Amino acid sequence: MSKVTLTGNEVVAHGMRQIEPDVVAAYPITPQTDVVQHFSSFVADGAVKTEFVTVESEHSAMSAAIGAANGGARCMTATSSQGLALMWEVVYIAASFRLPIVMAVVNRALSGPINIHCDHSDSMGARDSGWIQLYAENAQEAYDNLIQAIRIGEHPDVRLPVMVCYDGFIISHAAETVHLLADGQVREFIGPYNPGRHLLDPDHPITVGALALYDSYFEHKRAQAEAMRRALPVIEAVAADYAKLSGRSYSTFEAYKLADAEVAVVVLNSTAGTAKDVVDDLRAGGAKVGLLKPRVFRPLPVSELVAALADKKVVVVLDRADSMNAFGGPLFTDIRAALYDSPKRPLVINYIYGLGGRDTGVDDLSHVFQEGLRLARGGKPELIVNYLGVRE
Amino acid sequence: MANLKELSKKPELLTSGHRMCAGCVAPTAVRQMLMALETPVVIGCATGCLEVSTTIFPYTAWQPSFIHNAFENVAATVSGVEAAYRSLKRQGRVSSEFRFIAFGGDGGTYDIGFQSLSGAMERGHRMVYVCYDNGAYMNTGTQRSSATPRMADTTTSPAGSVIPGKPGRRKDLTAIMAAHRIPYVAQASPSHWNDLVTKMQKALAVDGPAFLNVLAPCPRGWRYDPAVGVDLARQAVETCFWPLFEVVDGKWKVTVKPKEKKPLRSFLERQGRFQHLFKPGREELVDALQDDVDREWAELLHRAGE
Repeated sequence: MSKVTLTGNEVVAHGMRQIEPDVVAAYPITPQTDVVQHFSSFVADGAVKTEFVTVESEHSAMSAAIGAANGGARCMTATSSQGLALMWEVVYIAASFRLPIVMAVVNRALSGPINIHCDHSDSMGARDSGWIQLYAENAQEAYDNLIQAIRIGEHPDVRLPVMVCYDGFIISHAAETVHLLADGQVREFIGPYNPGRHLLDPDHPITVGALALYDSYFEHKRAQAEAMRRALPVIEAVAADYAKLSGRSYSTFEAYKLADAEVAVVVLNSTAGTAKDVVDDLRAGGAKVGLLKPRVFRPLPVSELVAALADKKVVVVLDRADSMNAFGGPLFTDIRAALYDSPKRPLVINYIYGLGGRDTGVDDLSHVFQEGLRLARGGKPELIVNYLGVRE
Repeated sequence: MANLKELSKKPELLTSGHRMCAGCVAPTAVRQMLMALETPVVIGCATGCLEVSTTIFPYTAWQPSFIHNAFENVAATVSGVEAAYRSLKRQGRVSSEFRFIAFGGDGGTYDIGFQSLSGAMERGHRMVYVCYDNGAYMNTGTQRSSATPRMADTTTSPAGSVIPGKPGRRKDLTAIMAAHRIPYVAQASPSHWNDLVTKMQKALAVDGPAFLNVLAPCPRGWRYDPAVGVDLARQAVETCFWPLFEVVDGKWKVTVKPKEKKPLRSFLERQGRFQHLFKPGREELVDALQDDVDREWAELLHRAGE
């Protein structure tokens, strides 16, 4: 274990070095670029045995990753925004192949207009692709999620690819003091890769990627959906093992001063850090507010979310992506739907915030909590879906 | 040089029972090429006729390991498998010697898969990329591609009363691949099996990327009697519509030079896709196509120093 001060991207690159995948296929894109650059240096300096495929696009990055993983290799990649959008077709295919590829997604707004800064429209666009999605507040969590992602995705009950998402620039480019595990600890934690059947066994040739028509396609997708359901207990079990190793505990979400709260704010990634400060300030004044920061968005931990939120008076869900559905953001619609079967249902409202890297500070979040408190006192919501910090 | 007696003892790596059309020359070409193998192989295939017809779940016609990913990415996919091989071989986790072959139709190669192909060749993966060129998107019902010959009638370049089929000349993909300065590039035809198998042997032997462009007549798209597919391929060579050549480390060589260069008309008139050219008053169109072939042939001879 070592304590170092590095940027989020450097931390993730070091995590990849420690995992030392057999193959990395990646293409540079802002703000992910440093990950690929640092990893290239590890390859050039012989620090890893990884075969690094410097593809000509993100579509080819994921295509090569699929080829490599089917060839029996532990395989990783990283991308952002347009890169994820370009590989969209094959992102789905990776999941349907049941390949435990791990991909760092450095969250950045999707074009257009073109923008390089943080929002979650990229990974939210891939939420139905069949990948497990882990979200991280800071570089430490991004690193911890990355190491755990290998074990989660490769678990025989799961066999699914995993996205490890963290905020572009805010986390990727900011220096943070983090605790890295020792290389040997990571190696021991993830263990050797057992690919199962693969293309490079001359005694047992296989065909993968066959045409599945109406008599078998549905069964393939059903099995895939079941693997996503089985991932939840595996994610918990891997987190428990990781806590023993690192001393850092993870679950499907983090509850911050939530137990007795009347107003809960739900928010992903780095904004949760700012929101915790606001919770502390309001708590000091006696307000019963708390925070729920999802770590696992796919699979959606429905029963755990309901158990944590159903007794609240008001739940305010913040989305750093708009679904463009003339209703609300993706996290909001999922959480609101999850609460539908609960006998006691809180009022659930939505704020879309921070698109294209628009800064979301303490004042913005104070406004959100104050609105939640007003509603908790019996006030009526003007709108269920609101936009935070935008010029109207 | 391939030896027919030796080749006849080779195992069939693409077995019977697949659903390629009667008279389709693609599986014939594939079977010939796979006879060149001396080691285990992983075969990749772009979405297309060859893929959908040979791997209908839960069946497969492929004896070796086979991967299909999507339409435009067989080169990237196979480059990933090859990277896995290099990594695992270096670590001692795979011991056998493997070769890697990617098959794509002309749509998956000249058009939508072109970027993926160019990238994989530039990166230097040891793989043989084979384009089986039937001159249109045959799997979806004969839409024009950038490999479609000028004036061919396809469903998206129909021979109309004003426009006589596909307007432009086809892309010279084999030359474009030679411009990648990879160690081996060749154009071949299953009508000349010895030339084709020999080229595949050479392609498999180079320590780097190789590209083969192989003519694959299609009875549905070209509209010919299913019995004459290979014969049409032979005519394509004899008319110099599809010359056979190779580019080894940048040196161009014509590998089969027709004794007598046959008129293009004899090749065109047996195919439904060119029938509109034989209506009265359109004689100059066939002449124009003959001019294209003559120029291209002269260009090739010049490149080969002949």
